[in-house]
Amino acid sequence: MYRYDEFDHKIVTERVEQFRGQVARRLSGELSEDEFKPLRLMNGLYLQLHAYMLRVAVPYGTLSSKQLRQLAHIARKYDKGYAHFTTRQNVQYNWPRLADVPDILKDLADVEMHALQTSGNCIRNITTDPYAGVSADELEDPRPWAEILRQWSSLHPEFSFLPRKFKIAINGAKEDRAAILFHDIGIGMARGDNDEVGFRVYVGGGQGRTPMIAECIREFLPKADLLAYMEAILRVYNRFGRRDNLYKSRIKILVHQIGAEDMAKQVEVEFAAIQKQSDSLKVPQKEVDRILAYFAPKNYESLGEFAPETEEARLADEAFARWLDVNTADHKVPGYRIVNISTKPIGGIPGDMSADDMDAVADLADKFSFSELRVTHKQNLTFTDVRRKDLHALWKALDERGLASANISLITDQIACPGLDYCNLANTRSIPIAQEISQRFEDADLQRRIGRLHINISGCINACGHHHVGHIGILGVDKKGVEYYQVGLGGSSDNNGSIGKIVGPAFARNEIVDAIGTIVDTYLDQRVDGEEFLDTYRRIGLQPFKETLYDTAQH
Amino acid sequence: MILRNINNRFEFVEDNFERIEDDAPVPATGAVLVSANRWLEEHDALSGRAEPVGVWIEGDGDLEGLGEKCAQLELVALRFPVFKDGRAYSQARLLRERYGFKGELRATGNILRDQLAFMERCGFDAFELDERVGLEQFNKALTEISVCYQPTGDGRVPVYQLRAARTPLEQTRATA
Repeated sequence: MYRYDEFDHKIVTERVEQFRGQVARRLSGELSEDEFKPLRLMNGLYLQLHAYMLRVAVPYGTLSSKQLRQLAHIARKYDKGYAHFTTRQNVQYNWPRLADVPDILKDLADVEMHALQTSGNCIRNITTDPYAGVSADELEDPRPWAEILRQWSSLHPEFSFLPRKFKIAINGAKEDRAAILFHDIGIGMARGDNDEVGFRVYVGGGQGRTPMIAECIREFLPKADLLAYMEAILRVYNRFGRRDNLYKSRIKILVHQIGAEDMAKQVEVEFAAIQKQSDSLKVPQKEVDRILAYFAPKNYESLGEFAPETEEARLADEAFARWLDVNTADHKVPGYRIVNISTKPIGGIPGDMSADDMDAVADLADKFSFSELRVTHKQNLTFTDVRRKDLHALWKALDERGLASANISLITDQIACPGLDYCNLANTRSIPIAQEISQRFEDADLQRRIGRLHINISGCINACGHHHVGHIGILGVDKKGVEYYQVGLGGSSDNNGSIGKIVGPAFARNEIVDAIGTIVDTYLDQRVDGEEFLDTYRRIGLQPFKETLYDTAQH
Repeated sequence: MILRNINNRFEFVEDNFERIEDDAPVPATGAVLVSANRWLEEHDALSGRAEPVGVWIEGDGDLEGLGEKCAQLELVALRFPVFKDGRAYSQARLLRERYGFKGELRATGNILRDQLAFMERCGFDAFELDERVGLEQFNKALTEISVCYQPTGDGRVPVYQLRAARTPLEQTRATA
């Protein structure tokens, strides 16, 4: 993975000291909360319902074991002994004291981490495929370009006060595991003429109040032009994006208003002008090569695809076999597997992990996966490089700590926002709903019979729980002070991205879990061989679900 | 007061320009600051003046028509209606980098001390400030981040070019 050099260290260290000064000015009363707000937001510090919340950037979701241990240390020393992994591959602390935040940032800087631009109307953490660099279906590893984008966007003076926040995702594989169609800019690695690899660029996707699927504005962009093209998009947005209404300020609204074709045209004009002005946005090849070298393939052993000890354990231990099938994925190198660690035990809080578990996971990463791991946008963790023959040992170690939940992409692998338990924007709670659904579908065999099914839960219309792209999406709404839950079906954030459709009137707090049960039963009744939930839904539509849901509710 | 970059040092200077509202006559003498629209509309008369003319542009103002002629101006003042309205950062870069404006580029309106460094990187060299903390603190705000990751036309070399210029030995030391 990427390592800081003296420049990276310097900018992050200077930034910590700058923020220390700003916090001191706030604590002394020189700055009011209103004046301090934009400054703290630029450093990832929110003020929530009960306390400050600090969001730490995990650039494109990649962590070293050393960094994870430091995150555990911070959770213990400055928080309540746990941290929360987010859908943007970041980490959040829910209970830091303002006076401690500069020291937390210093501890982060010591392990080459920061909280830059994890909030505010600027370019946020660049996200990517958690399997980047190791999946068999990849054109090229997107992480070097994510790192180049991270650096370019850090403290970008022109784009730190945009109309609204700005999210970029990049994916290098055939399968879109980074939800690029639901970002302000989505970048897919693509092959152009002469077999040259570059980028396809999408713009204007997003969720929130007005969910939209991004549109392609550039079929092929040479690698060398990436930063100039990004500046062109951002400049058009910064100049012409709406600023009069918070809810209409994202780039998706601009793209929707002028149309993708006109957007493409404006970006191309600006891009041509930038190119004509100077070539200073072309990263020198020597520097590209330096960054590429950090992401070179690991020192893999030549192993056979078959590992007899793993096969024996699979036959002997049903729980291990289930975990192997559900939580591991193909690796491009024979004899290796990708392993997912679910943060979602039955009844748990999606994305939360204790400091002790984080330390344990760090130790296992040292032992089994080159001391590295990833945070996924489904709030889980991934070991990307595990020898097939080590899988049973790894599973046993995880299982002992209760970290071997075999539910990746199954019904209990839910995304949930923090909701009213923490967030001052939320209308309703999300976490208890996720916990009850998890308990309802606890039976491992039932989960597997149901198959791949993503339930996403947001506690308000801002959609941090990605309900629009859940196969089943749940949105908390407030009706005269009472919590209700609206259900959408058929959303998806993969290559065939779609936005869920609302099935009918919202359900009360005591009805929602049963309603999910009815939806699942209806699907199981209606599905034909080999179908997953999304296939069945796409074949039969909303109507059968409406019938069972609202009939049942009446009786 | 105007905080102005004079030979790479920021100092407080008097504002020599008199702001003339659109409905007021332009005085025959003295440096004046008029709206961009007025300057374009009364271009012939205003460019005949012996003394300096500057224009102000509102946060949502357009550079259309003005950019190409900006070399004739002594001063362009870009206004931030609220600190979080960042359009003027782009306008500043366009004036400096695309249209080659060499005169004083002044930030006015609602600007925060902690934004000055971003503004300077985008090409501003003067700030109209009503808050009067010491010069030292403003200079600190302008210099506390010494590394830049991106080129903006302010002459500072971005990190990727500094790295590419390193010798192999420096490269080894940097990552050691």
